[in-house]
Amino acid sequence: MKNKSNTAVQSRSSTNENDPVVRIRHLQKAFQGRAVLKDVTLDLQKGENLVVIGKSGAGKSVLIKCMVGLIEPDEGEINILGFNVPQLNAKQLRELRLQVGFSFQGSALYDSMTVRENLEFPLKRNLGIFDSAELKTRVEEALQNVGLAKSIDQYPTELSGGMKKRIGIARTLILRPRIMLYDEPTAGLDPITSGEINDLMMKVQEEYHTSSIIITHDISSAKAVGDRIVALLDGSIRMEGTFDEMKATNDPELAPFFNY
Amino acid sequence: MKKQVLEKILLQTAEFSRFTGKALTQFVQPPFEVKEILRQCYIVGYRSLFLIGFTCFIAGVVFTRQSRPSLASFGAESWLPSMVSQAVVRALGPLITALICAGKLGSYISAELGSMRTSEQIDAMEVSGVRPFAYLVSTRVIATTIMLPVLVVYADAVALFGSFLTVNSINSSSFQLFIIDALSSITYLDIFSSIIKAILFGFAIGLIGSYNGYYASGGTMGVGKAANTAVVTSMLSIFIIELIVLQFVTLLRQG
Repeated sequence: MKNKSNTAVQSRSSTNENDPVVRIRHLQKAFQGRAVLKDVTLDLQKGENLVVIGKSGAGKSVLIKCMVGLIEPDEGEINILGFNVPQLNAKQLRELRLQVGFSFQGSALYDSMTVRENLEFPLKRNLGIFDSAELKTRVEEALQNVGLAKSIDQYPTELSGGMKKRIGIARTLILRPRIMLYDEPTAGLDPITSGEINDLMMKVQEEYHTSSIIITHDISSAKAVGDRIVALLDGSIRMEGTFDEMKATNDPELAPFFNY
Repeated sequence: MKKQVLEKILLQTAEFSRFTGKALTQFVQPPFEVKEILRQCYIVGYRSLFLIGFTCFIAGVVFTRQSRPSLASFGAESWLPSMVSQAVVRALGPLITALICAGKLGSYISAELGSMRTSEQIDAMEVSGVRPFAYLVSTRVIATTIMLPVLVVYADAVALFGSFLTVNSINSSSFQLFIIDALSSITYLDIFSSIIKAILFGFAIGLIGSYNGYYASGGTMGVGKAANTAVVTSMLSIFIIELIVLQFVTLLRQG
């Protein structure tokens, strides 16, 4: 454990402003002998929206879960904001997680709590804010940013899919993360609501100055929000570039993604 | 095949032991989730009062009615209060309470945690820097461990009241006399062993329910399976604990 923490501290001190905020090298992960991530290498630059596309089951969600320590990789390096993720101890991992927001595919709102309580929960737990006036201000501000101030006293079961996604994003943003990870943010939503979520992700990038990785197989979403797109196929990065560069590909496995 | 089964059992035992150790460590590690523990105590205790009260009242009535003819045939009807109280305090009260709680709370805890696991709510807690184990598991295990003894005392009292009403409807005996007869045969060891059993039952129910729910997988089917396994395993563990405590108490009585 001592070695782990030393490695993590050393790597943090060696970061500078121009380094990518996320640096992944030769990441590998297998489940019961089946390789999901074979050799993933990618960087996320500061302020960038990076979209990861790929088929269902290609390991896109596994990739971002490895980044926040929810899944332990078998091999490879994940460096986020100077934290060497596989080497972190529990305390350092918590420190990192406060700077990385994770928006889950199913929103993952705590259904025994109201929207207000969902948003207050990370503030009380992580920042130790118990002053009701401050809690109220921060919760209302976060909800206004996602356009759902009126839903403050509703339970998650009373919300639509799109509203849940926005509240999930608001709950993540309330801790003012530096990096956002979105897991299928528009999955299961109609085109209009998907468009609203895309606008929200752009707004988050602009107002919160976040760098984001967006996992999706929704190409219109990738086009709308992605500064750069990478294609994850067969457990490794097949191609990367802007939307137009990706669209021009002749790769028989990749081309169908863009012929929508 | 046999080797694989054995390996699976050993792995699960190791995993459960680690889970138990983690739960015990979190009991004494700050921050203490006092508000959540109180909320769980309310759910575990207050919301179980009616079911446990009703069942134990019926048990007291039935046990008294069924025992009376046998005692009457020996002319020992006056022993009824002491016999019922011994049966209730030593075995019936704790057992009935624990079995009801295994069904009601075991399924509630494992289904709640299981659906939180499958809907990624536990992962969401973890990535937001919250310690989900302390917040979700330790609070529930503490609540069941605290509330089971309270529920057992309540169950004993209700069962004895049911017994009194039955005796009274036949013999018109006074409540005071019934209570004096009932309590005279109860020793401190009976009360102490009953409370210890209740604590162990509560700990086992909370722990087994939490373990099955916390590691549930496979969507709604997985949640159902977790709840089912929690109830069955809790019930089995209750009988095993009952047998072990009985052996100790018997040794203490003989000594």
